[in-house]
Amino acid sequence: MSFMRLTNEEKSILDGKQGGAARIALAVLVDLGELFGAEELMKISQVHIDATLYMVDAGLEFAERIADLGGEVAVPTSLNPSAIDLLRWKAYRVPAEILTKHKRLEEAYLKMRATPTWTCAPYQNGIIPRFGEQIAWGESNAIAFANSIIGARTNRYADLMDVCAAIIGKVPKFGLHLTVNRKAKILIRLKDISAQMFENEAIYPLLGYLLGEMAGDQVASITGIPQNVKIDSLKGFCAAAASSGAIGLFHMVGITPEAQTLKMCLHGNKPEKVIDITPNLIKNAEDRLCTAKSDAVDLIVTGCPHYSPAEFNRLVQLIKGKKVHSSVIFWAFTNRSVYAWIKDNGILTDLAGAGVMVFTDGCPLQYPKETWHFSAAMTDSAKFANYCFSQRGLDAAYGSLADCVETAVRGKICRRESLWRKK
Amino acid sequence: MEKKITGCCVVPGVAKGEVLTTSQPISFWGGVDPATGHINDPRHELFGQSVAGKVLVFPFGKGSSTGSLIILELARVDKAPAAIVNVRTEPILATGPIVCKHFYDKEIPIISLDEKSFQMLRTGQHATVNATERVVIIHS
Repeated sequence: MSFMRLTNEEKSILDGKQGGAARIALAVLVDLGELFGAEELMKISQVHIDATLYMVDAGLEFAERIADLGGEVAVPTSLNPSAIDLLRWKAYRVPAEILTKHKRLEEAYLKMRATPTWTCAPYQNGIIPRFGEQIAWGESNAIAFANSIIGARTNRYADLMDVCAAIIGKVPKFGLHLTVNRKAKILIRLKDISAQMFENEAIYPLLGYLLGEMAGDQVASITGIPQNVKIDSLKGFCAAAASSGAIGLFHMVGITPEAQTLKMCLHGNKPEKVIDITPNLIKNAEDRLCTAKSDAVDLIVTGCPHYSPAEFNRLVQLIKGKKVHSSVIFWAFTNRSVYAWIKDNGILTDLAGAGVMVFTDGCPLQYPKETWHFSAAMTDSAKFANYCFSQRGLDAAYGSLADCVETAVRGKICRRESLWRKK
Repeated sequence: MEKKITGCCVVPGVAKGEVLTTSQPISFWGGVDPATGHINDPRHELFGQSVAGKVLVFPFGKGSSTGSLIILELARVDKAPAAIVNVRTEPILATGPIVCKHFYDKEIPIISLDEKSFQMLRTGQHATVNATERVVIIHS
């Protein structure tokens, strides 16, 4: 089984002439290419590694071995979050015995000369691609954002395939790297969704969640999204879509660069399937994301994906002068750059005064269960609400940031009636 | 009586084991316990069953890109399926066995079958998956 055309240099890498790390990395990439019928490897300009979160020893062994074998990134490479706040791990109550493994993983990636961005929103702070750029990214929300909002081109790279791509600086030429595979097959239309409904930003992740369910692993297009949508709403949309479906790319007509018109993203063809999103479907999605059985709550999670400066501006406006209830923990996750900025402009002080804990580097879905004993969480992230119950067994409620703040202050779940819930 | 089914090679290799089938997709991340190989998603019809050493038959994978790490860990602790049979295999599911081959020198063959052939496999049968030769042999 060998269909791919390899250059002499690639053949010599497979023979081990450039060391063990490159040999393993290229062998893995070639197998993937053979499997998906790629004819050759192609250069990529940057990588975002998702396999940064210590979860199992195999991932740590892989990263350490690649680093020990002299593996260094061949192209600029950013890193997804660690499981924990690598700096404030004490306040995050990380048990000492697992801290060592997180730190070993950090060391391995730094040894490979990756950029320690530790963020799941690398498109906001990191090594940012341009329209049409060929890249290899891991992390589902970032992949959806890179393809659909920026118009860069990446497949959904699995953990460790991303590491291999970084070491070689190439990937097999297949899938979403090729124009032909970026054609939309499904058309999703908004029906009876009024302009006022978009004034509540909580609508965007719900629409994303529905798109993910409707599209599955297919490329869908969606019409009717307002032109003035904020970048952070698009972030929430992408994260939700990539958590309910295997979404690599969707086309938001008028917003996605290669989908300025519906005709552009359908490549001139007719859609194979047309589906409508109604207010009732939005309500239904919201209900399914709420697994909390009562109004009891003891955790508020924001920053999934990592918060931007604009999102911190909004949070501080809503919470300043108020106080998080003594029975509730309020977390906001971000990256180190944004943290430094909100420290400088005083937002961090105001948030601390209100009782908000700001963490960097980490992923709230990986919080140490043994040291925090939560019963129910509320979040402004549909992605977090979706995984919180299925992956961590923690009940969740989803709502706008304003509802999250209100909930935090009152110590019980408060959700204002949204327009899509009214008959 | 042996039955021979032809399919497509996804990840080469040969392995034998007891068949465990489901019509539901499987997410390895959050769906399979990496320490024991038990299906730990209470919403899955195979909840509580072990995939270790089995010829695991499911239509396609789903879920996070971290699934590849879980398969690699299962191989590290000898709790991985012996082989996987799918209708459709996406890159994320294939990555685990591919990395496993080059990193731990262990084979987890994957073969894909058409819907009709896929239905011929039943839990409890014994089968050999020879992905290299593109066949599944049902022994009983």
